[in-house]
Amino acid sequence: MLKYLWLIPLLPLAGSALIGLIGLYRVRVIGRKPNKTLVHTIAVGAVAIACLLSLGAIHDLMSLPQDERVYETVSFTWIPATPLKLTNGAWATFKVDWAYRLDPLSAVMIFVVTFVGFLIHVYSIGYMYEDSGYWRFFAYLNLFMFAMLTLVLGNNFLILFVGWEGVGLCSYLLIGFYFEKKSAGDAGKKAFIVNRIGDTGFVIAMMLIAVTFGTLNFEEVFRAAGAWPTETMTWGLLTGITLFLFLGATGKSAQIPLYVWLPDAMEGPTPVSALIHAATMVTAGVYMVVRCNALFSRAPHTMAIVAGIGVATAIFAATIGFFQRDIKRVLAYSTVSQLGYMFTACGVGTFAAGLFHVYTHAFFKALLFLGSGSVIMGMHHEQDMAKMGGLRKYMPWTYATMLIGTLAIAGIPGLAGFFSKDEILWRAYGGGHKIIWFVAFLTAGCTAFYMFRLIFLTFFGQPRFLDAAEPAEESHHSHGGHGQDTVHGGVGHGHGVRLPHESPKSMIIPLVVLAVGSIVAGYVGMPSYITHTNLWEHFLDPVFRYQAPVSDHGGHDAASTEILMTALSVLIAGAGIFLAYWIYNRRKTQPADEQRSLGVVYQCFFNKYYVDQIYDALIIHRTKDLGTGLWAFDRNVIDGLGVNGSGWVTRSLGRLSGVFDKYIVDGAVNLLAWMADRFSYIFRRIQTGLVQSYAMVIMVGVIAFFSLYMYLSK
Amino acid sequence: MITTSHYLILSTIILTIGIVGVLTRRNVLIVLMSIELIFNAVNINLVAFSKQLQNTIGQVFVVFVITVAAAEAAVGLGIVIALFRNKEKINLDEIDLLKW
Repeated sequence: MLKYLWLIPLLPLAGSALIGLIGLYRVRVIGRKPNKTLVHTIAVGAVAIACLLSLGAIHDLMSLPQDERVYETVSFTWIPATPLKLTNGAWATFKVDWAYRLDPLSAVMIFVVTFVGFLIHVYSIGYMYEDSGYWRFFAYLNLFMFAMLTLVLGNNFLILFVGWEGVGLCSYLLIGFYFEKKSAGDAGKKAFIVNRIGDTGFVIAMMLIAVTFGTLNFEEVFRAAGAWPTETMTWGLLTGITLFLFLGATGKSAQIPLYVWLPDAMEGPTPVSALIHAATMVTAGVYMVVRCNALFSRAPHTMAIVAGIGVATAIFAATIGFFQRDIKRVLAYSTVSQLGYMFTACGVGTFAAGLFHVYTHAFFKALLFLGSGSVIMGMHHEQDMAKMGGLRKYMPWTYATMLIGTLAIAGIPGLAGFFSKDEILWRAYGGGHKIIWFVAFLTAGCTAFYMFRLIFLTFFGQPRFLDAAEPAEESHHSHGGHGQDTVHGGVGHGHGVRLPHESPKSMIIPLVVLAVGSIVAGYVGMPSYITHTNLWEHFLDPVFRYQAPVSDHGGHDAASTEILMTALSVLIAGAGIFLAYWIYNRRKTQPADEQRSLGVVYQCFFNKYYVDQIYDALIIHRTKDLGTGLWAFDRNVIDGLGVNGSGWVTRSLGRLSGVFDKYIVDGAVNLLAWMADRFSYIFRRIQTGLVQSYAMVIMVGVIAFFSLYMYLSK
Repeated sequence: MITTSHYLILSTIILTIGIVGVLTRRNVLIVLMSIELIFNAVNINLVAFSKQLQNTIGQVFVVFVITVAAAEAAVGLGIVIALFRNKEKINLDEIDLLKW
């Protein structure tokens, strides 16, 4: 199956192109929307086959010996060999192939992307069925799959960058899917522009790598970097490269300071939030950092920054998540926070643990998002948790699966999130990063708290939607979903208050599968005190072949410490859950009460620390001012002084030379003519017409010449 | 003894008379006649030198000059007659058509 590797990204691309062309043809030429069954058969089919191929390829890869688990296939040469001068003065032959690489790292990624992607495609059939842009949605979604798979399968930085930009484009298209809503369009632009800042860093890093190593191929770069010393004391070239790479990662993976786009990205359809803005695309930054472990591990300064930013983002986003009312926003901040965890793991040097969290997080976060989508649809497009409550009774499946997801993210033992989060906490502590461990530890408590707040507000307590006003304002969403009501008949439909309803099977089945995944996914990475070796780390070992040797800060101090730490983190998770239970279930605190009792703190958290406003004031308005200034400069100096000025000078010179031409040049000509005219009045007198006077002149002339002749020849 | 100098002096006198006639006389016929005198002064010169140099080419040339002079006189008289028919004038100082 390995030799069909190139088909894995290609199938979704073909699906996307096919759906797009059919859609365009039907809409533009025939004037009707394409058949929905056809659209989702192509889209889901392409992803399903890609998923099967991925599983086959991974199986084949696993059957190879541990050290030989790398498969590369070159499709074609993209940039033919050209000479490139390196920074050290030598010349290298620079060449880029369009090539795919399957190793344990990309195997994990393609498994997550195709498997979760497939489930979300299935889910979208139900969720988007009533939407007028059904074909457009699936075309974009398939295109995203192509870009993401290219990103994780590329064997060099340039292919990775193609995927990197491709997912950015699809993210933009899908956030702005309801482009007739201004907020959606704005959110799309925001995501795109913020990502641009990060991408600039990535491009710079890529160019630095090219002129340093003379190649962009992962294997070659990392092998070369493997021979470099660790920049412990200095800020060297590797530190520069990795910092720029990390800037790219902060954009794509929503870390401080570039995280602001991700919460706004929730304007997109919920399956998109689940697939792109939780499970796959936002983890691209983590993937890239893990991929470049050979570079990062040799730049301790960068590592410290990565860990610091990761953990700061984790706690920062978690606190913002406390009092958000929009169910998807809570999840969005939770995603930012969890991404922070992943970077923390990378920053403390345990790339495998970071990737492990990517993998488990994909399951439970996709599950949570899809669950929230189900809730939103069941609530007839209501996202405000203040208007929910008591949904357990109406949506049992959604409730059960979301509860599993929440337990997983909170880090309850036995579920996927427990293993990965615990691994990160333990590695941070064991590696001697006590402060980072402590902040991450607090974040774990926060996570448990806000996630259970979400559960209690949504599924427990008294239903608040009954006393809500007529849900008339809800229908501003362009996509319907109401048609599902008839499928699940029997709920009060069309009688003033419409009761929530459970979602269709195509949505529930992916939820169940993901819930199962959220339970079992973690068992591949059980800590070494349970299984003899950590299977996950063992599997990924070849990826870290060129990693700098890590100096241990007593990381081996016994399983007993590790178990103690585990107990501690379970305890704080339990505390968070209990707190949420106490406040929102026992005391029945309503979202409206939070503001009253917490005042300033609430304002601060609810308004996201005013970061958007600060960015607006400090950066966006300043950028606009700069633009206005440049415009004024352009208008006054370039256009005014430069263009119009030189125009004026030319015109004046032209006028001057016109005057010169008219009076001097033409004047000279006219003067000659005038003189000829005047002189002719004088000299014409000679022509008397009298023959004898002519003869006289001839006579005198002859005598004169003759005399002269005689005189001279004497 | 009549020497070449005598001939030349005679020729000079005739030439002078001819030139003065051409320049001073008003009647066009007299002017024509004065031109004939100039021709003859030249002819005397030619013959005189022919004799002195014992070369007959000078005399042959004189015959040619006489021939051309006859033709010239005929053309000149023809013009004078045509002029007189048109203008009824014969004085040169009254004929100044070709002036500015």
